[in-house]
Amino acid sequence: MATLRDIKRRINSIKSTSKITRAMKMVSAAKLRRAQDRMFALRPYSDKMREVLLSLAQPGEQDMHPLLKVRPRKTVEILVLTSDKGLCGAFNTNVLKAAELMITDLKNEGFEISISTIGRKARDYFKRRNVPLREAWTGLSGNISYSAVQEIASDLMNKYIDETFDELYLIYNEFRSVAVQNVTRLRLLPIGGMEHEEESEMKDFLFEPAEEEIFSRLLPKSVEIQLYRTMLESRVSEEAARMTAMENATKSAEDMIDKLTLEYNKARQATITKELMDIVGGAEAIKD
Amino acid sequence: MADKLTLEIVSPYGPVLKEEVDEVVATGSEGEFGVLPGHVPFVTTLKIGMLVCKKGGTVSYVFVNSGYAEVSDDRVLILADSAERAEDIDVERARNAMRRAEERLRKQEQIDFARAQAALDRAMIRVQLAEKRGQ
Repeated sequence: MATLRDIKRRINSIKSTSKITRAMKMVSAAKLRRAQDRMFALRPYSDKMREVLLSLAQPGEQDMHPLLKVRPRKTVEILVLTSDKGLCGAFNTNVLKAAELMITDLKNEGFEISISTIGRKARDYFKRRNVPLREAWTGLSGNISYSAVQEIASDLMNKYIDETFDELYLIYNEFRSVAVQNVTRLRLLPIGGMEHEEESEMKDFLFEPAEEEIFSRLLPKSVEIQLYRTMLESRVSEEAARMTAMENATKSAEDMIDKLTLEYNKARQATITKELMDIVGGAEAIKD
Repeated sequence: MADKLTLEIVSPYGPVLKEEVDEVVATGSEGEFGVLPGHVPFVTTLKIGMLVCKKGGTVSYVFVNSGYAEVSDDRVLILADSAERAEDIDVERARNAMRRAEERLRKQEQIDFARAQAALDRAMIRVQLAEKRGQ
């Protein structure tokens, strides 16, 4: 049986663990709020951007810009978004599982796959399995700067235009609420061939400067904005997942401390009883 | 036909403005343009400049740092890289930025000329707007 000192030592060690998990939860909560503010600020802009694009990118105008053009798909690029750091529950595992599934599906259908990753966890995952990566970006999970997003977006667009791949999907955690994050798949490129929800009447827009020039500025911008939004969503989800994970860890540490304290008290009581019996026994022996 | 325009300005840093107005004048990349209710559908790129909106007898100004404008169905939608109302402009900061940009342009060393020029434009228009506000 564990001695009193052993139990005491375990209680202390779990106590300090719970202190750390509680602190991490607090840090995540603060980071979550900050990232969330940025995401909510961006949402109206990216929604409006999409609206403008939808009203402009009318079918039959695919030749206007290479990013609008739908090519027969041979190679599909999958961009997997994970975090750099762990300790965030199933956050990364969920994304990686979904990515793996999609890759197998597409392979079975006979498409070529190319994989890129954002975040250290995804990179390490594919490296361990000896899967070649086209590109791996890391170190972005702190404060995502817009210029870093621009860099990634321009690489993706260049590779699309020079036909390294014919379609680009993002796999990431979409933020629903602090408790719920959904793994989502989003087609980023080509922009063309978007389904028009309802047959909205097509307006004849006046363009100034010419339509081509507006497209050549608006389209790359919209890709950047979408990527930026996705990365922010993933970031917010990461902190939310970490917060939940740390909350659970703190709770189970507390449960364990309660259980051990009970055990400790029982053991202490047993020692006292034993000592008492010894004393009583000794006194009895002297009496006679 | 409605006799009002809905002006909506959004930037990546959040919505800036949503208002019913009578008239909007903005700086397009090809020149200034005005929008009144009943305007034809119209799309243009915007350069760094000011946006004027008139409502009743009052005139208000917004700083717009390039972007796009879409006009359709009596709605003016501005997608700006950044934007701020005249009353929110930090004059001190703009003046400093203007000085820095001028400095850089004067020295003409290894600088990205276009970037410095853009910084100067931004600062100048901000200061102009801030002065208008003071009147």
